[in-house]
Amino acid sequence: MSGGPSVRQRVLGWFHERPTATAWALLAPGGLFLLVFFVAPLVIMFGYSFMERGLYGGVEAGFTLEHYAAFFQPLYLTILLRTVVMAVSTTLICLALGYPVAYTIARAGRFKNALLFLVILPFWTSFLVRTFAMIFLMRDSGLINSLLVKAGLVEEGITMLYTPFAVMAGLVYGFLPFMILPIYSSLEKLDLTLLEAAEILGAPPRARFFRVVLPLSMPGVVAGSLLVFIPALGSFLSSDLLGGAKQILVGNLIQNQFTSARNWPFGSAASFVMMVLVVIAVGIYLRVRDADEAREA
Amino acid sequence: MSHRPPAWVLAIVAAVYVFLHAPLLVLVVFSFNESKYSVEWTGFTLHWYQRLLERHDIVDGLVRSVAVGLSSTALSTVFGTLMALALARHRFRGRSFVEALLYVPIVTPEIVVGISLLILYVLLGWPLGLTSITIAHVAFNISFVTVVVHARLQGMDGSLEEAAMILGADEITAFWRVTVPQLWPGILSGAMLAFTMSFDDYVITSFVSGTGSQTLPIVVYTMVRKNIEPSINAISTIVLVVTTVMLIVSDRLSRDKPLSAD
Repeated sequence: MSGGPSVRQRVLGWFHERPTATAWALLAPGGLFLLVFFVAPLVIMFGYSFMERGLYGGVEAGFTLEHYAAFFQPLYLTILLRTVVMAVSTTLICLALGYPVAYTIARAGRFKNALLFLVILPFWTSFLVRTFAMIFLMRDSGLINSLLVKAGLVEEGITMLYTPFAVMAGLVYGFLPFMILPIYSSLEKLDLTLLEAAEILGAPPRARFFRVVLPLSMPGVVAGSLLVFIPALGSFLSSDLLGGAKQILVGNLIQNQFTSARNWPFGSAASFVMMVLVVIAVGIYLRVRDADEAREA
Repeated sequence: MSHRPPAWVLAIVAAVYVFLHAPLLVLVVFSFNESKYSVEWTGFTLHWYQRLLERHDIVDGLVRSVAVGLSSTALSTVFGTLMALALARHRFRGRSFVEALLYVPIVTPEIVVGISLLILYVLLGWPLGLTSITIAHVAFNISFVTVVVHARLQGMDGSLEEAAMILGADEITAFWRVTVPQLWPGILSGAMLAFTMSFDDYVITSFVSGTGSQTLPIVVYTMVRKNIEPSINAISTIVLVVTTVMLIVSDRLSRDKPLSAD
């Protein structure tokens, strides 16, 4: 041990001279895990979507486009269209409700942290528990109906559960915090002197909002929309529990192919179509973000 | 502040807060209600909580969820922290590839994650059980831990590590004595986020769990499908309390600001 540098010093010295090797050594465990258990399964799923259907689930070798052809039949296109409409409307409703909340939190002064905490709390809360809370309120013998009857507003309970309204309410309830948080963080960074400048130059409140605040909060709006749109597009728990069997979405269709219908290649094709929509949404997000960064620079 | 939001905006905000919290409050209140079927308040009881202890499926599910949650959190926290260190403290080629790789789990819908992993397990002939669930949870948690720890590292002053090394510490000593003590709150809040997401996950788990490995969310889902009874309110209340405590601790940790060399 005496004389030359110790093993520890030699190893550290080796890494010190090779910064890229150091970085990759740190990245390797997590990176390999993600490649094997996240990326590879997606690639295999893509491959499965071109294979023949196996008799008892699974696939048989071969190459066919029939699953994609089948998906673009009117029956499934209706489901796809319903899913996209549902995801887009969820996003818009979340934006309409979430923007005022983010705006208010950003200028709430000493209540800021408390108000923010109350948005983050449901964001951390189990989606299943929150969906159950919706069922508990909306079912025929639920609290809303019992209150309505007691107040004499309706003769007997109105049906809310197992309607498109219930699914929509569940999705908005589930994803609203995803919209509020990114908008809040871009509004918080907003330079208030810009607003004062606009006011001094005579801009009325409406113009100050639409010409100054809204454009500067666009990165948050787009990020929030992406964070709501993607899970809404893939959702199946809400339609499953709140929509009954009536309002099936692409998520339910996919789940069904891997459970009772046992048509894995078709389910894979449907998943891949969903991923294409996700990639388009991410592409839009990146374009807006890059345009915004270019403008700032 | 001079620009107070107009009254109609405040009305929307108030409505949103009621919308976000009233359903959960109602859920909690009725977990203490005596009546099994009605939403009339008939009296206070802890009966539904006692019932939970009698049900083996719930207790077993809870134990499995905690086991999967702890092991997947440990793995994803180590992996994610190392990746965050590489991204924040090192220059290297292939950075954009790594960043893209970390974004994939954040943008992929859960159902797609679940079925693609199911396909992998079946293809490899791996049995579905607690191991397959744990691997799935690590896979979707690594990115979230990396993002949280990376944010903390960016707020930290790298010159403290340099100072330690000028004073004679080597990389490993500087890492354990300087970086880790400051980074600790970030690592813990990343770990808590990971545990919460693992503990709550239904969608992905439902595809990669076999018979005999039902975690708590799977058991709760089955109960909700079967019939609505106050025991579900009770178990939901417990889940809510656990989540709230985790969030409060994580929030405290993130407020404790890192040191700076100034």
